[in-house]
Amino acid sequence: MDYDKLLAPAAVAMRPSGIRKFFDLAAEMPHCISLGVGEPDFKTPWAIREAGIDSLEHGRTRYTANAGLAELRAEIARYLQRRMELRYDPTQILVTVGGSEAIDMCVRALVAPGDEVIIPEPCFVCYDPITTLSGGVPVHIACRQEDEFRLTAEQLKAAITPRTKLLILPFPNNPTGAVMEREHLEAIAEVLRGTDILVLSDEIYAELNYGGEKHVSIASLPGMAERTIVVNGFSKAYAMTGWRLGYAAGPQPIIKVMTKIHQSAIMSAPTTSQYAAIVALRECDSEIERMRDEYNQRRRLVVKGFNDLGLECFEPKGAFYCFPCIKSTGMTSQQFCTALLEKKQVALVPGDAFGASGEGYCRISYAYSVEHLKEALRRIGEFLAELRAEKE
Amino acid sequence: MENKAMEQLLKILENNARLPLEDIAAMLDKSTAEVSAMMDLAKAQGLIKGYKTLVDWEKAGADRVEAVIELHVSPKKSRGFDEIANTIAEFDEVESVLLMSGGYDLQLTIKGKTFQEIALFVAKRLSPLDDVLSTATHFVLRTYKREGRMFGAEEIDERECTVL
Repeated sequence: MDYDKLLAPAAVAMRPSGIRKFFDLAAEMPHCISLGVGEPDFKTPWAIREAGIDSLEHGRTRYTANAGLAELRAEIARYLQRRMELRYDPTQILVTVGGSEAIDMCVRALVAPGDEVIIPEPCFVCYDPITTLSGGVPVHIACRQEDEFRLTAEQLKAAITPRTKLLILPFPNNPTGAVMEREHLEAIAEVLRGTDILVLSDEIYAELNYGGEKHVSIASLPGMAERTIVVNGFSKAYAMTGWRLGYAAGPQPIIKVMTKIHQSAIMSAPTTSQYAAIVALRECDSEIERMRDEYNQRRRLVVKGFNDLGLECFEPKGAFYCFPCIKSTGMTSQQFCTALLEKKQVALVPGDAFGASGEGYCRISYAYSVEHLKEALRRIGEFLAELRAEKE
Repeated sequence: MENKAMEQLLKILENNARLPLEDIAAMLDKSTAEVSAMMDLAKAQGLIKGYKTLVDWEKAGADRVEAVIELHVSPKKSRGFDEIANTIAEFDEVESVLLMSGGYDLQLTIKGKTFQEIALFVAKRLSPLDDVLSTATHFVLRTYKREGRMFGAEEIDERECTVL
């Protein structure tokens, strides 16, 4: 059978092509040291794991309500008010399989064929294909280092057309570590007020914020809650990636339709994870703090490390990534990462994996031990010295 | 602890005391001189009791025997357990002395070259002390984890090499 003809063209087209080769190469090197992982190195705090085990011991092994356990949704509403100054009724919350499902449901609920979705880049890789699968048209905005990789109001204005349906706002940002503070969000909000454009605010890294300023959600600004869907989850803040649990909070009519799709596609998020998440929200603020303090120390070490090596690195104030510029080497991101992998067995992710505007950068994850990070920096230093020697 | 930076410094050192000063300074967003001064202060205030190395003696092939001893003692009217605890702490063989809640009073860790050496220490030096009422000696058979570090099997990072 000719499967290429049978598969849906939109699905076939969605495979990321360019960087595939690099990932395959990295996967074949089991002894390489990696700074490529986009998930915490911490284990889920014990109290949360115990709650999961406890739910299994009590035989809580069935589906939950489609939108998620009422107790969990109430706890999420309390959390959003307590930490993000957001007011939601539990009926405005949908519990999903990770933040990723929340993004998928939101786009599917809103985007009709031909609708434009504004996606600031560099960014997490899922927004583009999910938009395309709904028949939507991704409109990319290249965030620039001189703007500290923030989306600016001017860029947004220039990208808006009569067909614009949705703005995706992924801050704190993977891969750059950029954050949008209140004043920057206010400028974006000002552009959107009075329009019919909606915002999908992906705040999965909200708790990993190092600037000293608390994370601000665009939904907390005047007039924005009615047009914003906040996506968050447990993966990054509570080191719960494998539990697959996230949520969306937003206007009731939108959440209602998202829940309808979720009901057909998923049924309900994992029950064990939902019981564990209740304990995460109730008891684990101090655990978030502990992990954030450690990430922060590593962040400073790594940013200084790259700047000392002569790879200019803007100061990331969120997530657990930094995004050094490698243009001074005269190589493309993929050339740089491939050569580094081959010569020194260090795996970084080439910046163009996150959109064309990531070209000239690499993503470094600092979700590793200090010793691991130092060894990687040492090898990268050797690599750069050899590059310079070759040139001379 | 009042001073968050000091607490963070102590945690870093507790985890790896050999980390270069420049790295610690970068991690805490301070100058090397500031970190150096903090370390001196912590030492002067007795917050830092010393710097040691975690050695896996079993792997190093050295003859080392370790025992945990539970002691019942008779506390003194005026000084409670302090007098006898301090007397015992003076012995070179004794690694640690802890006052415990529960079924016994003091817990000691003792290190020696052979089982015999430890047995003799208990019989000849510890038991004869006037305030020691009884002892129970437990020999350590194997160390799996110590001071937060795994002995034997290393922990493996099971995450994929690259994840977006």
